[in-house]
Amino acid sequence: MASIIDIKDECSLHVRNFSFTYKGATTPSLKKVTMPIAKHSVTALIGPSGCGKTTLLRSFNRMHDLYPGNKYEGEIEFEGRNILDPKEDLIHLRTKIGMIFQKPTAFPMSIFDNVAYGMRLQGIKNKTELEGRVEKALQDAAIWKEVKDRLKHDANGLSGGQQQRLCIARAIAVEPEVLLFDEPTSALDPISTQGIEKLVIELKERVSIIIVTHNMQQAARVSDYTGFMYLGDLIELGHTEELFVTPKEKLTQEYITGKFG
Amino acid sequence: MTATQKRIIINRIALGFSTLSAIIALAFLFWILGVLVMKGVDSLSWSIFMFEGSPPGYAESGLKHALVGQLILVGLATLIGVPLGIMAGTYLSEYGKNSKLAHTIRDISDIMMSAPSIVIGAFVYAVVVMPMGHFSAWAGAIALAIIMIPIILRTTDDMLQLVPGTLREAAFALGAPKYKVIMDVVYRGAKAGILTGVLLGIARVGGETAPLLFTSFNDNFFTTDLNEAMPSLTVTMFNYAISPYDDWQQLGWAAAFILSMFILGLNIVGRLILLAGKRK
Ligand SMILES: Nc1ncnc2c1ncn2[C@@H]1O[C@H](COP(=O)(O)OP(=O)(O)O)[C@@H](O)[C@H]1O
Ligand SMILES: [Mg+2]
Repeated sequence: MASIIDIKDECSLHVRNFSFTYKGATTPSLKKVTMPIAKHSVTALIGPSGCGKTTLLRSFNRMHDLYPGNKYEGEIEFEGRNILDPKEDLIHLRTKIGMIFQKPTAFPMSIFDNVAYGMRLQGIKNKTELEGRVEKALQDAAIWKEVKDRLKHDANGLSGGQQQRLCIARAIAVEPEVLLFDEPTSALDPISTQGIEKLVIELKERVSIIIVTHNMQQAARVSDYTGFMYLGDLIELGHTEELFVTPKEKLTQEYITGKFG
Repeated sequence: MTATQKRIIINRIALGFSTLSAIIALAFLFWILGVLVMKGVDSLSWSIFMFEGSPPGYAESGLKHALVGQLILVGLATLIGVPLGIMAGTYLSEYGKNSKLAHTIRDISDIMMSAPSIVIGAFVYAVVVMPMGHFSAWAGAIALAIIMIPIILRTTDDMLQLVPGTLREAAFALGAPKYKVIMDVVYRGAKAGILTGVLLGIARVGGETAPLLFTSFNDNFFTTDLNEAMPSLTVTMFNYAISPYDDWQQLGWAAAFILSMFILGLNIVGRLILLAGKRK
């Protein structure tokens, strides 16, 4: 019954018959979701609160594994393998699939050390290389001009919007293939929100992006594809304009016209 | 009289009583400090730091033995107690979490915190002093470390738990292994709190007398040998204070003053660090 578009372009992720059950829950929070994620484009996930957007997003980098007892079923294909395989190297996976959280998560260290953190984890010690890549990442995250004179300062001195861009710089510094955003602007003011949205659109040149948002205008502004979720089901996945203008499913139609939410 | 008026009056009476109680408690504190400063400062002199203990009546008599002994005992206890306390607290917060084992450890630790310290002294006497056959600095330091561990364990556990979970997740999301997340992000975030716990733990054991009575014992001679009985400020103070000799009593006051300032200082620094950390 779900209406899932068949993406002709290259995909970076394939979700197939994916179900997810939290520890102790009797019913799965995601039910047999099947969904392609197009490469180098932005896919937005929308739907009422509690429908499973965050749960799906956190499955792509196996964040749920931090809390024992959760159950994955089905398949998520990435780079030719099923990343739900218990033998998957999670450290490697998370360097390939980065994540930006709802609230900025600047580490209690300097701005420079924040951005260098992921690279240092990968064993990069060379000072010139680190400096070069930190600067590049900060420039790509459109925050270099604001912080270049205080790289040694504590990152917690930055504003919320700046911290969120710092977190994006930190994530792209390790050159991931995919970036996951979970409502990245819900804690930010309108100007900062605009900045992050612009950044998301720029970044898709290099990474595939999945963004969860409770804001339909935001989905319409930044995404190429939009998936509408409801009660753990992916109801519809389509080109963003098509989904908002001519939705194929009645539920989608009702949601985007504000009949419920 | 209306209900509101009645409530206002009761409120005023209650406020009056609690203010009065606070003033009385503070008055005692300042009284104690006042006496200590007056008597202590009076008895202070350079010779205190230059000479070890002597029989009553000798001019060349001091507290050097007890001061150095105290520093060694507390320092050694810190070296033993701080790593163990921090590691145990880390286990509770980062690994044990809400497991049954973790809760049991927290409960036992709380009980240990309120155990009479002389009982800990007796325990160390039985398991360290008796097998060794004599008193030693080691035994004293172990007793102090045992008292220190639950304090540091608890503050570490609490402070680590205050570090937001999303910060840990963000580090994991960059591909950090768990030990790196703890070392780089969690400890850094809780640095001020842990340091405060350590200082308060040191301050707590710094003033202990009972657990040293039959572990490190006490004598009047300067020593740095950890396998021998070692003098401490607290036990020296106790011995000198109950002696009938004037000069010994003077030294007892000096010891009390130095010890109190040391502990007061640690407490103040500990709290300042915590405040500075919170303000950020
Ligand atoms: N840690 C958890 N344990 C158990 N159930 C959870 C947990 N997190 C979320 N859920 C449940 O899973 C469902 C989907 O939640 P979530 O993915 O957070 O929704 P959304 O991000 O779309 O608002 C909800 O019913 C929620 O109650
Ligand atoms: Mg969510």
